[in-house]
Amino acid sequence: MINKIINSTDRAVAGIFDGATVMIGGFGEAGSPIELIHALIDHGAKDLTVVSNNTGSGHVGLAALIENRQVKKMICSFPRTANSTVFPELYNAGEIELELVPQGTLAERIRAGGAGIPAFYTPSSVHTPLAEGKEIREFNGETYVMEYGIRADFSLVKCLHADRYGNLVYNKTARNFGPIMCTAAETTIVQAKKLVELGEINPEHVVTPGIFVNKVVEVTDPQEESKLVREERRYPW
Amino acid sequence: MAQKVAMDIPDGSYVNLGIGIPEMVAGHVPEGREVIYHTENGLLGMGPNPAEGKEDPELINAGKKYVTAIPGACFFHHADSFTMIRGKHIDVCVLGAMQVAENGSLANWSTGAKNAIPAVGGAMDLVAGVKTIYVITQHVTKHGDAKIVKECTYPLTGKQVVDRIYTNLAILDVKEDGLYVKEMAPGVNFEYLQSVTEAELHQ
Repeated sequence: MINKIINSTDRAVAGIFDGATVMIGGFGEAGSPIELIHALIDHGAKDLTVVSNNTGSGHVGLAALIENRQVKKMICSFPRTANSTVFPELYNAGEIELELVPQGTLAERIRAGGAGIPAFYTPSSVHTPLAEGKEIREFNGETYVMEYGIRADFSLVKCLHADRYGNLVYNKTARNFGPIMCTAAETTIVQAKKLVELGEINPEHVVTPGIFVNKVVEVTDPQEESKLVREERRYPW
Repeated sequence: MAQKVAMDIPDGSYVNLGIGIPEMVAGHVPEGREVIYHTENGLLGMGPNPAEGKEDPELINAGKKYVTAIPGACFFHHADSFTMIRGKHIDVCVLGAMQVAENGSLANWSTGAKNAIPAVGGAMDLVAGVKTIYVITQHVTKHGDAKIVKECTYPLTGKQVVDRIYTNLAILDVKEDGLYVKEMAPGVNFEYLQSVTEAELHQ
């Protein structure tokens, strides 16, 4: 029998090892799997390379993971946001590495990684500092830069509904990087607001097919990052 | 400025608006035109800001502000969103600028300063893939320095990508042989405009 449901966030992240590459979904707080991130803080794996669009805000979620010194390198497109102080301070102190990637290139690198494509050419960033040192090639008279696909050891993703096969449906713009990150990790760990029975999700409406998902944990009442930031909360509580 | 840009966006366009002043363009679309707004974090059919109390932290725009979805809107993941952008499916993108060069090169993501945290977001993908790039910006910086320059001194977002520049003083078209003044604000004459523009202007 296939049952990908795990009964706690702690058990879901228990296999994450020191030095792992971890993709974390979300665009700002939308889609950020905050309970899985907090479980990873409790778990304590360190020297992580994290692939995520931003670096978190305040002192909760991804920002708290960075503040807890578990991340040695960030791969992201926009590492500063309103209320984002943890990453900028560590970066300016030389205590965390940054690989800055244009947002569309980041998405395509993840997509390619998940699709078994090791590298590709894109027009984004040509003639800019972000293309320096990379292979440049012309196709049909236009200039492109080569970028590599990314794969991860783990992906942490948030969704709305999931079933025991791992089929997923997302909520509005919280979908963002979730579907592609699910495809690009050895182990994809998902927190779902609601678990549903097989067949409850119309097959035509499945966004992430269950084959891309390994573990699902139900978090019925997820925290809102912006609310926690407004209340100046810190994790660990 | 936002109103002038809105007047130049044809009926039926798919449009991506950058963060800041460009976001104001949506409020000035002339009646009778239907324009669909794309936001790169995964929404086509972005509507106005929600009423107070109706904000949804999982329904935001690229600037991470609360938005709404119009009837007929759709959500999609990031790789699909940038397929729309790089694949030349988006008609118009309106962006802010730190500097625009007379050949249409744009710098809008980094001053290159040592202690600045570099952050690029989707700007490089947008200028690489969207069919028409409009820039909306103050004509000079807060300190009075030219923003319309011969060559960008800040790191580029893209080379020769801008089609038209809308400032508080003028509208400039970027053509093969340089910048042409399309329109000047009331009370502005060519000599004055040239005096606050480092790049050479053509009439």
